[in-house]
Amino acid sequence: MHEFRVQVGPARFRIGSVWEGPIRALAELYRDYPTPTITDYTVRLESVSFLRRYIRPSVAINGDFMLPDAAPLPLAFALLAGEMAMNVQMALGWRRHLLLHASAVEKDGKALIMTGESGSGKSTLSAMLGHMGWRFMGDEFVLLDLVTGEAMPFPRLISLKNEAIDEMQTQVAADRFGPLMRGTPKGDIRHLVPPRDAVQSMGVPARPALLLFPSFGFDAAVRPVAPSEVFARLTQASTNYVALGESGFRALTGFVKAVPARAIDYRNGDEALMLVNQLWDALT
Amino acid sequence: MPALPIIYLRAENAQLITEPLDALTVIYHRRSGTTHIVAEPVPQILACMGTAPMAAADIVRCLAALFDVDDVEAIIFARLEEMAELGIVERVRA
Repeated sequence: MHEFRVQVGPARFRIGSVWEGPIRALAELYRDYPTPTITDYTVRLESVSFLRRYIRPSVAINGDFMLPDAAPLPLAFALLAGEMAMNVQMALGWRRHLLLHASAVEKDGKALIMTGESGSGKSTLSAMLGHMGWRFMGDEFVLLDLVTGEAMPFPRLISLKNEAIDEMQTQVAADRFGPLMRGTPKGDIRHLVPPRDAVQSMGVPARPALLLFPSFGFDAAVRPVAPSEVFARLTQASTNYVALGESGFRALTGFVKAVPARAIDYRNGDEALMLVNQLWDALT
Repeated sequence: MPALPIIYLRAENAQLITEPLDALTVIYHRRSGTTHIVAEPVPQILACMGTAPMAAADIVRCLAALFDVDDVEAIIFARLEEMAELGIVERVRA
C-alpha cells in the first residue's frame, strides 16, 4: 500500500492506495502543505477487485466515512477520487466547526463567503479573487468556529471545471496545475494548487463579512436575501448542521444575524468581479 | 371552532431557544434536537403562554388584541395543534 499524508486547514488526512501513480500525483500537487504525523481521517483508493487492479483499473472510493452509492472511477480519474474521498471525510465526519458547502476569500481580516449549487461559479470566483489580491480560503468548505463564529480556511486543491480551466490557465503558471481530466462525471476537471500565501496562512481565520449567492448565466443583478432565507439555505448547504445540534443552531443564527447577504447574477467573470467589489466596498 | 376546553402547556423555557430573524423566527427544540422555522402567530402564542398550563380560550383572548382577523380562534387552535404535534406545546387535558 502506498501512502501520503497531508494537512489541509485543521484537518489531517492519510491517503493510501494500491497504485503508486495517484499517490505520487497527490504528493506533487500538495507539495506546499504540511505533512502531519497523526491524522484525523484515512482515505483508501482501492481497486474494486483483484483483477480490476490491472485490467481496466477502477478506483473504489473508501475511507473512514463512505457514501454507500459512490460509483468507482477509472484510474485516470484517481486524483478526482482522492479529492472526493477527502471531501466525504469532511462532510460526514467533521464536528469541530459548522461546515458550509461554500467558497471563501479574505481581505483585511474579513471573509467573503460564496455559496450555491454546483455550476454557480463559487469555486471559479474564489480562484480568480485568490489570484487578485485576496487570500484564497477554500473552494469547497467553509468551517465556522462554533464559539467565535470565525471562518477557518480549508484551502484544498481548487477544482476547476470546464470553462473555468481555460479562464485560470491564462492567469496562473502551468506548474500550478494538475493533469487535465476529460469527461469525468462532473465534466472536464483540472486541479489548481492554491497560491502559496493561502497555504502558509491556512491556520489564520477571518471574520465573515459578506455572504453571496452567485448564479452564473443571467443578466447582472443584485438582490438582498432575507435572514430567514439565508438560514434555510445554509442549513441545506451544511453537511453537519443537524449532527451539531444546539452548537450548530447557535453558530448559524449568529452568522445569519451578523453577515449581510446578497444574491448576484452574472454572465461572465468580469461582471462578477465588478459586482463583488462593489458589494464588498458598500457592505463591509 | 373546535374544543376550546383543551389546556396546553408550552415546553419549558430551557427547552426552547428562540431567535427572531425577520418575518420568520427560528426555534431550536433541545429535547428533539429539531429546528423549526415559524411565522406569526406561533412566536406570539409561545410568548402568551406562561409556565403554567393555559386554556386555549385564554390563549385566544391573549392574542385577540394582536390579530384583527375574523377567525382568530380557528387559526390559533390550528397552530396550537400543530405545535403539539411538534412537541413544543403539550396537550394537558382535552
